[in-house]
Amino acid sequence: MWKFLLPFAAFVALAVLFAFGLNPSRDIHALPSPLIGKPAPMFTLTDVLDPKRPVSNAALNGQVYVLNVWATWCVACREEHEALLEISQQHAVPIIGLDWKDQRDKARQWLEQLGNPYQAVAFDSDGRAAIDWGVYGAPETYLVDGQGHVIYKYISPLTQQVWVREFLPRIAAARGGGA
Amino acid sequence: MNGSAQGSCARFAVLALLLAGIVGAYAAGAAEQAVDANGQLTDQGLQARFERITEELRCLVCQNESIADSNADLAVDLRQQVREMLIAGKSNDAIFDFMTNRYGEFVRFSPPLETKTLFIWGAPFAMLLLGGFIVFRIVRHRSRLPLDDEPLPKP
Repeated sequence: MWKFLLPFAAFVALAVLFAFGLNPSRDIHALPSPLIGKPAPMFTLTDVLDPKRPVSNAALNGQVYVLNVWATWCVACREEHEALLEISQQHAVPIIGLDWKDQRDKARQWLEQLGNPYQAVAFDSDGRAAIDWGVYGAPETYLVDGQGHVIYKYISPLTQQVWVREFLPRIAAARGGGA
Repeated sequence: MNGSAQGSCARFAVLALLLAGIVGAYAAGAAEQAVDANGQLTDQGLQARFERITEELRCLVCQNESIADSNADLAVDLRQQVREMLIAGKSNDAIFDFMTNRYGEFVRFSPPLETKTLFIWGAPFAMLLLGGFIVFRIVRHRSRLPLDDEPLPKP
């Protein structure tokens, strides 16, 4: 009896392990954010387009908003930009940019040439705000609800599909439950 | 006599002022002097703690390197963060909390021992016990077999 059952149990255990571990749709580098459900870290930086204008996410308190972390040195951000422009045209939520460890003139040029999907872009030259948000690889996109809590984090370039599948239902739920 | 006493008094005052100036300048410069030209903390104890802490923190960009070893931009920033927290007198625990609050438990190479990590910490010992048990069973079984050079029992 055991001679038959033990190898069979081992087979089932391995099959379950591989089904999880080798699942091609699971991104092994994506890490769950410990920030989910916690208050969004506050930052007060300057606008990338105007060094005299302060940009703070405190101004968005009470609103559902998206924070998109990008930089001109980030290739995947360029890939994502087209989708961000499309998404911004739908005016579902304010999109705030966090320009991570970048150069002002390059960022300005990027926004002028490719279009600006952001309501405002905070210029995080030393990466301090990014550390507070647990950013480790651009592009990253965070969704913050009306109570100022981070409710979702997406790592990788945004696409229209991801926006519709992951963001829109959460935005609707945040508005339905929050307001 | 009187004049010389006044002179030494003035000299003393000048010396005291000079001394105060040096102490003041030293205190003001202490913040910058905490790190030398090579990026090493001048305080040996702090530098030792810095090395231990950064060895224990994972670089999230390269994931299998510590932030002490990595040259990724983020690792450089996080090393600077650790340095500043050490200079500000933060405890090791406070620094690890700061990192796990932002990057999750994954940022630490050795996860803390708690209920949900009990499996990770306990698995090697469970494996050892299981292996030991299997070896014990096999050895006991074999010890009951007749030795090769023993004559076979007559049927």
